[in-house]
Amino acid sequence: MLDLPLIWAAIIALGVWMYVVLDGFDLGVGIIFPFFPDDTDRQVMMNSVAPVWDGNETWMVLGGAGLFAAFPVVYSAVFPALYLPLVLMLVGLILRGVAFEIRARSRRSRPLWDLAFSGGSILATFCQGVALGAFIQGIRVVDREFAGGPFDWLTAFSLFTGFGLLATFAMLGCGWLVFKTEGELQRRMRRLMPAFNLVLLAVIAGVSLWTPLIQPTIAERWFGPALAWLWPVPLAVLACAWGLHRALSGGAERRPYLLTLALVTLGYAGLLISIWPNLIPPTISLWEAAAPESSLRFTLVGALVILPLILAYTAWAYRVFRGKVRAGDAGYH
Amino acid sequence: MDFSTLDLARIQFAFTVSFHIVFPAITIGLASFIAVLEGLWLKTGDPVYLALCRYWTRVFALCFAMGVVSGVVMSYQFGTNWSAFSNFAGSITGPLLTYEVLSAFFLEAGFLGVMLFGWQRVGARAHFAATLAVAAGTVISMFWILSSNSWMQTPAGYRIEAGRVVPEDWMAIVFNPSFPHRFLHMALAVFIASMLLVAATSAWHLLRQREHRPMRISLRMAIIALCALAPMQALVGDALGLNTLTHQPAKIAAIEGLWETERGGTGLTLFGWPDMQAETTRHAIRIPHLGSLILTHSWEGEIPGLKQFAPEDRPNSTIVFWSFRVMVGLGILMILLAFAGLWLIQRGRIHVSRPFLRCAVAMGPAGLVALLAGWITTEVGRQPWVVYGLMRTANGISPVTHQQVSVSLFLFVMVYCVVFGTGIYYLLKLLHAGPQHDETPAAPSSEPAVAGRHPLQGAALEKDASQGDGHA
Repeated sequence: MLDLPLIWAAIIALGVWMYVVLDGFDLGVGIIFPFFPDDTDRQVMMNSVAPVWDGNETWMVLGGAGLFAAFPVVYSAVFPALYLPLVLMLVGLILRGVAFEIRARSRRSRPLWDLAFSGGSILATFCQGVALGAFIQGIRVVDREFAGGPFDWLTAFSLFTGFGLLATFAMLGCGWLVFKTEGELQRRMRRLMPAFNLVLLAVIAGVSLWTPLIQPTIAERWFGPALAWLWPVPLAVLACAWGLHRALSGGAERRPYLLTLALVTLGYAGLLISIWPNLIPPTISLWEAAAPESSLRFTLVGALVILPLILAYTAWAYRVFRGKVRAGDAGYH
Repeated sequence: MDFSTLDLARIQFAFTVSFHIVFPAITIGLASFIAVLEGLWLKTGDPVYLALCRYWTRVFALCFAMGVVSGVVMSYQFGTNWSAFSNFAGSITGPLLTYEVLSAFFLEAGFLGVMLFGWQRVGARAHFAATLAVAAGTVISMFWILSSNSWMQTPAGYRIEAGRVVPEDWMAIVFNPSFPHRFLHMALAVFIASMLLVAATSAWHLLRQREHRPMRISLRMAIIALCALAPMQALVGDALGLNTLTHQPAKIAAIEGLWETERGGTGLTLFGWPDMQAETTRHAIRIPHLGSLILTHSWEGEIPGLKQFAPEDRPNSTIVFWSFRVMVGLGILMILLAFAGLWLIQRGRIHVSRPFLRCAVAMGPAGLVALLAGWITTEVGRQPWVVYGLMRTANGISPVTHQQVSVSLFLFVMVYCVVFGTGIYYLLKLLHAGPQHDETPAAPSSEPAVAGRHPLQGAALEKDASQGDGHA
């Protein structure tokens, strides 16, 4: 007998990871916009993600829809708990999404659309980080409904994870642009990254030390008998950070992005280990949260057939737009 | 006037979904139109089709972006404002939404980049395939959303266990009793809406420049399409009416402003003012037996009046009575416009008849208005239920505070008005500007279907050189 809730949890975890991998860098491009005031640079930065951002963001929609289908109680109990951060995240996503279309068409109002793009990216990322933090620290659910107050999500920890995610995505954005640009712009991206690298390490360290303090179950997970199995995780983090530092001082073009990705993946894996097997920390496990079996099975058929296709044509689209982005590349506006 | 949290949540949903639906309505129809244009270009090699294809692609891109960002809001709102509904029915609406994301959103988003930016990077056929994939994605997306919405109108294939819906038969759920009618009705509506937009834009340019060849061609295409679509819509609408009478009789009674159940043939109220308190329709102009004739296709068919339903189970007749009449009235005008256009085409005068061109411009937004009016009719007509007969709207709301919903409503109204207001401004500007000069190459290009990997290289390189950063 297949463990359907477990498979679905894995699919959603994969979807969220894909979202971080893909949308992380295009949000990051928006986050570092303020460091690059030149209009041509900005156009290049935006063009490097314009053909793919929409597909990237779809992974977030898949995460939401997958939760709705497979774990409706998460959808209905967690979303009201994170009401304000989620609404603000949507506002941010609207502003930046529309800026992709309108910035290029605007003349006098272009500074405003630059602001919408970078402000929207920053707002959306920060809110996602806050929501993540609030989720990790635990959500009060009674009888399948959210039972806390409207500002339960607002804690020092959730604000910290908000800033942490900003640094993470900024780092991914920089790494992406080192990969996709050349010349002066690439050099300046490279110079920006070591500072972000340190911030990112500090964030990972901060979250790693903070979560065991607020959640005893997490402390038990990491410092209990499982420690023997888990010690490679922090070591791998250090190894990646060191590799990143070296890649940045050399001339590597791909490695900065890939190593950042490795760091982010390790952090993500660490969070999954901390939360396991809960779907709504601290008490509701993924089996308790699962939808009826008929829902899980029906949706799984579609996911197993279609997800490989999605991965294939997404890879094809990235291949079509491989290579460096240059000022003056053809648009369609 | 005091709004309850429930009222605010309902206003928020109505506001965001009404804003949202306009953009998919345009893009679903336009995507197929663009695919047809690109196909014609590949087949005939006539650059005028390419010019039109590239022009409408720019309009499509702008509307698509606005549709995407406003659509993400919708899927999250089920959790934020309607968590009790999500908890109750999520096991059915969730999988349907997931199928939409998997089979449609990814398809559209994955190939959109190639469709918009890929002209010089892939061959002509691969580009056409990307356009077809996007067009297919838009229609598949409509399929799942209409399935989910229809299930909320006419639930089937479920049982209820521990106060929650459990799906039993997915075929019965997806193809629930009202789905085929409603899907066809919406599909025709979006194609009609986009064809009216194309016709209006073409007419607008022909009013200024009679010999504008691309616009003459697109006007003819749009009018011929409307001649097929608009009458078909009347037939499908009629079938949906019969279907609704079977499954949601209270909705029909409210649409007709019908209070008493009349024996031996029901009249049709053409106009009037349904009064929910007084339980009567004021100033009614009625035609005997016509109601039976239309809704039961018989002289003496009986239609239950609103008084057969308990007051707390009645939808608001004042709203749906009028929204329905707006939709039908515009539908009739569309049919007239289409056939007047066909008559002019046969006489070879369509591009010079100024009265006709002005009418076509005026009817540009009619498809979208009719579509919104239709959705208001069906959604307000479903009330007081969120899932018809199973869950009342009042019981579907999240345990959130009045302030949370009002703050978010305020934010959405502000952001939507500014962002989508600007978007619509640029959309009108784009429609006004028409195809760019470089999109209508003077000399016919050389056999595009066999031109190799970069069919557009010549024309497009010229365009890049003149454009600096690649954006005009």
